[in-house]
Amino acid sequence: MSPLNTQRTLTTRLKRVAGLGLLCAGLSAMTLPPIAKAADAKVPDSIKWTIPFGVGGGTDVWARFFAPWFSNYLPDEPTLMIDNVPGGGSINGANLFAMRAHADGSQWLGTSASTQYPAMLGDPRVRYDYADWKPLLATPTGGVVYASPSLGKDADSALQALLQEPVKLAAQSPTGVELPVLIALDMLGVDINPVFGMRSRGEGRLAFERGEANIDFQTTSAYLSNVQPLVDDGKAIPLFSLGVLDDDGKIVRDPTFPDLPTFNEIYQQTEGEAPSGNAYEAYRKFFASGYALQKLVMVPVDTPEALTEVYRQAAREFIKTDRFKQESTAQLGPYTPIVGKTVSAHLEDAMAIKDETRQWLITWLADKFDVHLATR
Amino acid sequence: MLDILLSSLGQVFTLSHLLYMMLGVIVGLIVGIIPGLGGIAGMSLLLPFLYGMDPSVALGMLMGLVAVIPTGDTFASVLLGIPGSSASQATVIDGFSLAKRGQAARALSSAFLSSMIGGLIGAVVLTGFILIARPLVLSFSSSELFMLTLLGLSMVAVLSGRDLFKGLAACGLGLLVGATGMAPATGEFRLNYGLDYLYDGLPLVVVGLGIFALPEIIDLLAQRGAIAGEPCRLGAGWRQGFRDVRRERGLVARCAGFGSLIGTIPGLAGSVVDWMTYGHAVQSAKDKSEFGKGDIRGVIAPESANNACACGAMVPTLLFGVPGSGSAAVFLGGLLLLGLQPGVGMIETHLDLTYTIIWSLALANILGAGLCLGLAGPVAGLTRVRFTILAPLITVLILFAAYQATRSTGDLIALAAVGAVGVLFKKAAWSRPAFLIGFVLAPGAETYFYQAVQFQGSAAFARPGVLIIGALILAVLFIPVLKSLWQQRRQTKEGGGTDAKAAAPVDKEQARLGGVDVLLLGGLLGLAAFAWSDVAGLSLLGSVFPKLAIAIMALGSLAEIARHAVRRPQWQRQTCREELVWLAGFCTLIATVLGLGFISTAALFCLTFLLGIARLKLWTAAGMAVGVVAFLVGMAHFLTLTYPSGVLDPWLFS
Repeated sequence: MSPLNTQRTLTTRLKRVAGLGLLCAGLSAMTLPPIAKAADAKVPDSIKWTIPFGVGGGTDVWARFFAPWFSNYLPDEPTLMIDNVPGGGSINGANLFAMRAHADGSQWLGTSASTQYPAMLGDPRVRYDYADWKPLLATPTGGVVYASPSLGKDADSALQALLQEPVKLAAQSPTGVELPVLIALDMLGVDINPVFGMRSRGEGRLAFERGEANIDFQTTSAYLSNVQPLVDDGKAIPLFSLGVLDDDGKIVRDPTFPDLPTFNEIYQQTEGEAPSGNAYEAYRKFFASGYALQKLVMVPVDTPEALTEVYRQAAREFIKTDRFKQESTAQLGPYTPIVGKTVSAHLEDAMAIKDETRQWLITWLADKFDVHLATR
Repeated sequence: MLDILLSSLGQVFTLSHLLYMMLGVIVGLIVGIIPGLGGIAGMSLLLPFLYGMDPSVALGMLMGLVAVIPTGDTFASVLLGIPGSSASQATVIDGFSLAKRGQAARALSSAFLSSMIGGLIGAVVLTGFILIARPLVLSFSSSELFMLTLLGLSMVAVLSGRDLFKGLAACGLGLLVGATGMAPATGEFRLNYGLDYLYDGLPLVVVGLGIFALPEIIDLLAQRGAIAGEPCRLGAGWRQGFRDVRRERGLVARCAGFGSLIGTIPGLAGSVVDWMTYGHAVQSAKDKSEFGKGDIRGVIAPESANNACACGAMVPTLLFGVPGSGSAAVFLGGLLLLGLQPGVGMIETHLDLTYTIIWSLALANILGAGLCLGLAGPVAGLTRVRFTILAPLITVLILFAAYQATRSTGDLIALAAVGAVGVLFKKAAWSRPAFLIGFVLAPGAETYFYQAVQFQGSAAFARPGVLIIGALILAVLFIPVLKSLWQQRRQTKEGGGTDAKAAAPVDKEQARLGGVDVLLLGGLLGLAAFAWSDVAGLSLLGSVFPKLAIAIMALGSLAEIARHAVRRPQWQRQTCREELVWLAGFCTLIATVLGLGFISTAALFCLTFLLGIARLKLWTAAGMAVGVVAFLVGMAHFLTLTYPSGVLDPWLFS
C-alpha cells in the first residue's frame, strides 16, 4: 500500500486539471500488477454506461456525478455515455444489459436496490444473474427510522408506544426499499401496517408530515436535508439507524449518526439477545444488498481482469482526492465508496440468499400483509 | 425579503445568466415542439453541461427549459393534432379543430399569449405563496387527493353532453386500460396477459398519440385535401387571437390561478389541470355548441393553466423534494446534480436561489412565448399544404414519438391497437377525451382511495377539504341540469316563444345507431367478460378497482343498449372501409419497421408514399426522404436515442 500513500500526497496537492488524468494513469499503471500492462488492458475510447432508470432519478444523478471522475482518471480519458433505459423498476434495463452487453469493458451497468431485490426474490421478470457480472465500485447509504412525537416525546417512550398500538408506514411496494425496515419492525414486535403505493420515499415522508403515517424511514441524504429540520423542531423522533457494514461484514453504528443505536442494538436491548433466525437472515441480506451496497457499477464477468483492475484503480485514485470527498458528501452523503474485492465478497454474500430464507420471506409477506409474490 | 427579491432579479439580468437561460429556452422549445420528447430529453441534453456550473446560472438554464415545454408542445397539438405531452391533451380538441377550419394562426397566437400570461400569473403567485405553502401542501391528504381525481373524472359528464352512457363506457375503458400493470395496494400484476410489455401499463404518450393523432391522420387521408378545410388568412388570424385573449381575460386569470394552485399539490398536477380547466371553459360558456368543433375558449383555458401549473409544480419540488410533475422530476435531478438538496433549506438558507428560479421562470415564459408567437404565423402555413405530402412525415414523427416512450417494440404495437380503438371512436362519435381522462386518472384514483381508507378509515370522508371538493363535484354534475330545467320552465311560462319551438325538435331528435356503435358495444362487453376473468383470481385489494372499471364500462354499454331498445334508434350508415384500409397499411408499416429497421423503413415509406400517393416529383420526394433520415440520425446522435434496428439499419446507418 505504500505506493498509494506517496500518490496521495501528490494528488491532494493537485487540483483537477486536464493533465491530471494522464498523470494518474501513468502512476497507476506503475502500481498495477504486471498483467495490467498486457494488451487487453486498453481502455475503450467510449464507454456506454447503462442506467436502468429515468433521467433525473437518484441513480441517474449518481451516475452523472461519477461519470466525469471516471473519465478524467482513466487512461486516455474515455467518453462515458450514460444510456437511460427505464422501465419495470430497473428490471427492463438490466435484462437488456444481461442479454446484449459486450464483455470488452466498453459497457457498464449501474444498479440499485430495486435491481438487486427482484433478483433475490426470484421475480419472474428477472432474466439477469448477478453472478454474470462483477462490481467495479459500490456506494453505501444508511437510513434512519423515526416516529411521530404523538407516540412519545423521546426515543424510549416512542419505542414503548410502538409495541402498544398499531402503527402506519407509507411504503412504495412490498418488495421496495422499505423491506428490511418492515422486517426489522416486525422483529421488534411492532404491529406494523404498511400502506403501499407511494411513488417515492419522498411521498412517504409527505404522508408522515401530514400526520397520516406515524412512523417513517429515510435514507441518509434525504434524512439530513428533510428530516433533521423536523427533528430539530420536535416534529420527528429518531428511533434507530440501520447501521453500516464493516469490512468483516458486521453491522456497526453509522458514523453519520454516532449517537443513534442500530436496529441490532435495539433488538439486543428489548429482547435480551442478539437477533437471529430466518427473519434476521432476511433482514441482513436485504440490508446488505439494498443499503451497504445500495448502488453498484457492474461490468460483465468476462471483462478482462486487467482492464477491470484499471477501472478500479482509477476509482481508488479519485476517491482519495479532497475535492471528491467534498463533492461526494453533498451528492452521496458522508460515506466513502467501496472498490474492488471487498465489494465482490459482500455482494456475493448478500445475493446468495438461502431457499429457506426466501421461502420464509414469501410466507411472511403473505401472512402479514396478504401480499402474494409471483416467483419463478 | 425585498432585498433578496431584488438582488436575485439583478442576478437574472446578468449576461451569463441571460445567455444560458436563452440556451435553455431554445432547447426547451425544440424538445417541446418535437412530440414525444418533452422535458426528459431536453434535460439529458443539458445535464452534461450542468456538472460544475455556477448554481444560479445553471438554475436559470434548467428553468428556461422546464418553463417553455408546455408552450412549445402547442405547435404539434394545434397544427397536427398530436398531443405533444400530457400538458397539451385538452388543447388538441379545439386547437386542431380550429386548424381544420383554417384558423391555425388564431389558435396558435391566442394559445401562446395565454401561455405567457398564465406563466406570469403563476410566477407572481409563486413569489408570495412559496413562503407560506408548506401548511397548505400538507393539508392535502390522500383523501383530498382522491376527491380531486374524482373532480377530474366528473369532467367526463361535462364533456360527453348528450351521449352520457357512451361517455361512461369510454371512461370505464380508459380506467381499465389505466389499471393495467402493478396493483398499488398489493404489488400484484394484473391485466398483463403474460406480456412483459404490459407489466408497467401503457405509456401515456402512446395512448395519447393512438387515441387522438392516428385517427385524425387517417381521417384526413380519407378526405384528401389539406388540414385546413377552409381558406385561411394568417395575418388576420394572428390579430384575432390577440383579441380573443383580451376578450376572455377573466377565463385566462381564473384558469391560471387555478392551474398554479393545483400545480402545488404533488402527485396530480399536469394530468388533471388541463381537463378541469377545459371542463370549466365548457361549463362557464353560454353557447357550448362550438366546443369540440373549434371554440377558441377550449384552447385558451388549458393553455393558460398549463404554464401556470408548471410554476406551481415548483413548490413541492423545492420545499419537499417531491416533484409535482414529470418535468419537475427531471428538474429535481438537476438540483441534486448541482449539489442542492431541496427541502426547507430552499427558503431558509437558499432563498436567493429560490427567487432566481422564480424570476427565471417568469422571464423564460416571456421569451418562450415571444419566440413562439413569432413562429406561429409562418408555421401555421403548414395547414395549407396538401395533407398527402405531410402525412408520411407526420406518421414517421408519431412512430418516433411512440417508440421513445419505453423503447420497446410493444410501444409501436400498442400504438396501432389504441389507434384502431381511436378510429372506431371517432367514426361513431364516442368521446375520446372521456377515454383519456379515465386512463390518466385511473392510477391516482385507485392509489389515493386505497391510501385514504388505509390511513384514515371512514374518517377520510368527513374531512372539511373532502366535503368542499365533494360539493364542487355535485355542482359540476347538477348545476347544468338545474339550469336547463329552470330555463325550460321560464320559457314555457313566457308562453312558449320561438326559442322553445326551436329547442323542441332537438330534444326529441332520435338517437342514432350505426354498425360501428354495435361493434364497439359488443367489443366492450366482450372485453369486460375477458378482463373480469383475468382479475377474478386476485386478492380483494388488488382486484376491486379493475372490477369497478369493468362495471362502469359494462353498465355504460348496457345502458346505451337499453336506451336504443326503449326508443327505436335511427339507423346510421357508418362506413369505415377506407379507414380500415389505411389502418391496415399502418400496421404493415409497423411490421416493416420491426423487420427492416426504423430509419430505412422511414426513408422507403416517405419516398414511396410521396411518389405513389402524393405524386410529387422524384427529386422533391427524394429530398424529403433524405431530410427524414437526417432528422432521425441527428436525433439519435444528439440525444443518444435508439430505434428498432431490424436487419437493414445496422448495415446502413452505424
